[in-house]
Formats: sequence, C-alpha cells, structure tokens
Amino acid sequence: MTLMKKYLKKKKREAAISWKIAKKSKTYYLFLAPYAILFLLFYILPVISSLFLSFTYYNVLEPPKFIGLQNYINLILADDVFLTAVKNTFLIAVITGPIGYMAAFIFAWFINELPRYLRAFAVVIFYAPTISGQVYLIWAIMFSGDAYGYINAFLLKLGIINAPILWLTNPDYMLTVVIIVTLWMSLGTGFLAFVAGLQGIDKAQYEAGYIDGIKNRWQELWYITLPSMKPMLLFGAVMTITQSFGVADVPMALTGFPSTDYATQTVVTHLIDYGSVRFEMGYAAAIATLLFITMILCNKAIQAMLRRVGT
Amino acid sequence: MERKVMEIRRRHLRRRKPNRSKAGDIGIYLLLIFFGLFMAFPLVYAINSAFKPMDEIFVFPPKLFVKNPTLDNFQDLLVIMGKSWVPFSRYIFNTVFITTVGTAGHLLISSMGAYVLAKYVFPGAKTFFNIVVVALMFNGYVTAIPNYLIMSKIGWVDTVWAVVVPAFASPMGLFLMKQYMEGIPDALLEAAKIDGAHEWRIFTRIVMPMVKPAWLTLMILSVQGLWNTKASNFIYSEELKTLPYALQQIINGGVARAGVGAAVSLVMMVVPVTIFIVSESNIIETMASSGIKD
Repeated sequence: MTLMKKYLKKKKREAAISWKIAKKSKTYYLFLAPYAILFLLFYILPVISSLFLSFTYYNVLEPPKFIGLQNYINLILADDVFLTAVKNTFLIAVITGPIGYMAAFIFAWFINELPRYLRAFAVVIFYAPTISGQVYLIWAIMFSGDAYGYINAFLLKLGIINAPILWLTNPDYMLTVVIIVTLWMSLGTGFLAFVAGLQGIDKAQYEAGYIDGIKNRWQELWYITLPSMKPMLLFGAVMTITQSFGVADVPMALTGFPSTDYATQTVVTHLIDYGSVRFEMGYAAAIATLLFITMILCNKAIQAMLRRVGT
Repeated sequence: MERKVMEIRRRHLRRRKPNRSKAGDIGIYLLLIFFGLFMAFPLVYAINSAFKPMDEIFVFPPKLFVKNPTLDNFQDLLVIMGKSWVPFSRYIFNTVFITTVGTAGHLLISSMGAYVLAKYVFPGAKTFFNIVVVALMFNGYVTAIPNYLIMSKIGWVDTVWAVVVPAFASPMGLFLMKQYMEGIPDALLEAAKIDGAHEWRIFTRIVMPMVKPAWLTLMILSVQGLWNTKASNFIYSEELKTLPYALQQIINGGVARAGVGAAVSLVMMVVPVTIFIVSESNIIETMASSGIKD
C-alpha cells in the first residue's frame, strides 16, 4: 500500500515538474501552435477517421456500419488479388526503394563535386523527370506494343527479336517495365534534400579532415560527409519509403487500370479500385491501414540501420 | 600547428579539394553525362513536341526532334483560351494565388514549428514530431472523404481556402526544415540570447538565413505541388477553378487538340522550372560564399 502511495506521489511530482517546464516553454508552444492546430485538423483527424472506417462497411451513401475485423479478414483470407498486389508492391519497393535512395545520394554527391557553375545546371537535368509532371507518359510510346514502339523497332532492327513484344499487356514483361520507369523517376524529393544538405555541411570539418590525413574522397565521404548528413539521410529514407510503397500512377498510366491479369496491381491501385470504382471505403481504409503499418515498421528498421553510418 | 593550419587554408583556397584524384574526377563526369542524357529526355521531348506542326505529331514511327518548328500550337492555345466562358486570366489568377499564398504560409508556419522542435526540449515535442513523420506514410487517397467532411463543416467547400490552408501544414515541410535545422550550432543561439535577442528575433535573423538551402528547397517542392493542383475535389464554381483544371478541359477537346496539349504541357512547366532554376542556383551560390558556417 505504501509502495502504491509512494509511486503515485512520484508520478504526481513528475507531472508537476513537466507542467512547470511546459509553463516555462510557453514561447515554444506559441511557435508550434499554428502548425499544430492546422496539422491536427487537416491531417490527424482524417487519418483517425480513416482508421475508424476500416472497421466498418461504408459505401459513402449510407452511414458507416460497424463490422469489426471483417474487412481485414476478407483482405487476408478471401482476396486473391490483394495477395498479388502485396507481392508486386514488395517487389517494386525492394528494388526501386534502395536503388532509388542510393542513386539520389550518389548523384547529389557527384554533382556536389562539380565546379560551382556546373552544379545548378546538373541539378536541373537530373530533377527533370520529376519536375516535368506527367512526362513519364512518353514511356508508353517507348514501350508501345507494335513494331513502331521505339524499343520494339530498335530490337527488331538488331534482329534480337522476330516479332514485336507486347511490353505493356503481356504479364511477363509488365512489372519489369513498371520497375524501370519507377526507377527513372526515383530522384525526387530525397535528391533535392540531399543537394541542400551537402551545401549545409560545415566547411571547417573538411579542412580539419585534410589535416587529420583523410586521403581521398571516399574516406571523406564516410568519415565526414555521411555523418554530417544524417538528418537529411533520414528524411530521404522516409520519403523513399512513402514513394516506393505508394507506387500507383506509373502502373495505372502505362499498363492500364485494371492491368492484364492484375500483373501490375499494387496495394495502392487495389485501394483506388475499391475506393473509387466499387465505393467500398471501409475496405479501402483497411488496405490503407495495413500499408501504413508496414511502412512504419520499415521506417523503424531503416532508422536502426542509419544509426550505424560513419562508425 | 598554427602555421600548418594557415598553410593548409591557403592551399585550400587555391584548389578547392586537395585530396581528389584526376581519374575519379573523369569517372564522375562520364557517369553524370551518361545518366544526364537519360534524365534530360523528358525535357527535350516536351520542348520539341510543343513546336511540332500537326503532321509531325502523328508521324509514325514517332520522331523525337522537330523538323519544321512552328508556333501554331501556341497560337491555337491562345485562340481557345480567348473563347473560354470565364476570362482565362481568372484561372491564372486562381492558380497564382493558391501557389503564392500556400507556399508563403507553409514556409512560415512549418519553419516556426520546425525551429522549436529542432532546437529545444519541451514536453510533448518528441511525440509530436514522431506523429508528423508517421502521418507522412498514411495514404492520402483514403483521407479524401474525411477531409471533405471537415471542409464542409468549416464551410470551405468551393473556396480556395480548402486547398491553401491544408497546404500550410503539410508534414513534409516541417520534417525537412526540422532535419536541416538540427545542424545549427547551439552555441550560436546561446550567444544571441546572451546578447538579449528574443526567440522571434533569433528565428528571423539568425536561424532562417542559415537554413536558406532548406527553405529554398521547400519552396520548390511546394510550388511544384500547388501549381499543378487541380483541386477538383473541393472547387466547383467555374470562376474558382485552377489553371491545370482549365487546361485539362482544353486537352480533353479531342485528338485535334494534341498539338495544343503539347503546348499546354510546356506552358505549365515554365513556372515551376524557372523557380526551380533560380532557387537551385541560389542554394549553391549562397552557401559557397556566405561563410556563416566557416
């Protein structure tokens, strides 16, 4: 009993202390308040409502009806297409995520090695696929299934193939094409953040490095650049996770929606299918929730890995 | 020791990076040129298509480069714009308004929040930041309906505020700024405080100039997003519709509009690309010469 009392007393004292600190931190809360209010209202509230919707049957017209875990049970046990979508999404994420992330850093770092007047120019070129909006649609012409598609025409001319390949409608090739185009577009937000991050590294550190005998650019990269970039590396990792697990626009635009045999169905296209074609928002919300949990776990794993950089 | 440092500093000024091999430099150039050609492809394609006359657009097999460049597509675009029901300048105004107000508010509000989260410890700070990062990962598609309900409760449906105000609090901006601000040395802020500067002054005079590369990057990302927003979920009145929405309607006019479509893509790219080039060269220029961190 006395132990309990002691514990409560301790808790009370702790609460009092943090309240005191909180009162002292009034300015900080004022700085954060405008962001926090808007964020809670326009981001957190919708996310919480969606989590709630995932336990309901909701067809947008009638009010949501609580059905417990039924959506999740159906997803995992009764929805074959969902399993295909999960498999495709993991394949896309595992390939494009790490490669895209490393490419974004390597190109940012290479560009940083260039003379100053060339740097801005190079950044523009490498960011072009992202900034020019829906230009990835030209890949539809490149991979066009008839003999006039650039790639078919090229391969026919070289005699590698005898008949044009249906790149975008033959399930054997579709996923590969989607992965290539996604990779090509993967120098996005992370790349820009890395370019900015490289500019912010304390130059004195490099000078200290020269004195301490750092011999080449690789040592400099591992011992100085990467450790100073840690916050930006973390940012890039999170953005890469959201991008590579969220792939939907590219497969929908290139291989059609729904794609042949669902060969390029991803978790997000599956979600869009249920959300906007079948109007089963509860089911769509359940898909989003599972994706959300997967991404959080993935993020935890990557954070643990990034902690070891530069050691 | 002092002498050695001075000597190295001098050498450092002469040659920017003393520990670089020639072979490595050449390798980097070759790699960048190779991949650069691959990456520049869409820009080259978009520019060429916009100047193609009708017969070249439909030529098979398709050609990348334009043979007889023409301004016809742009003239057609102007004619169609002139015929629109609402004066076309109205659409331009809407998009410019959404982009500038949305970006300015986003920069200010998320930088303020990011500053205290990055540099001070106070109850709830860590939890709040973790929630922001996690929120980035929830698929925006599903939240569209709850979002709409919230907007209609506030009475913002069919106003630009439904687009502008949520843009202020986009989680990516706060995350980016906070990560960058972690690099500011605490000693600098303490020194400013000893000199009697209060938080707002430190924020505007010391912190923001130091993180210029970060907020220029954020500006690029925000402009790019808002400039291309169709906002068709929230806005129904013709006079409030955005430029991308109006241009989309023009392109949907049929195959005969293919040339105009190419011109539209180029026109839509001009503003974000210009802002991108200006800010990127600023990011690189300022940090190379400011010496704040030197």
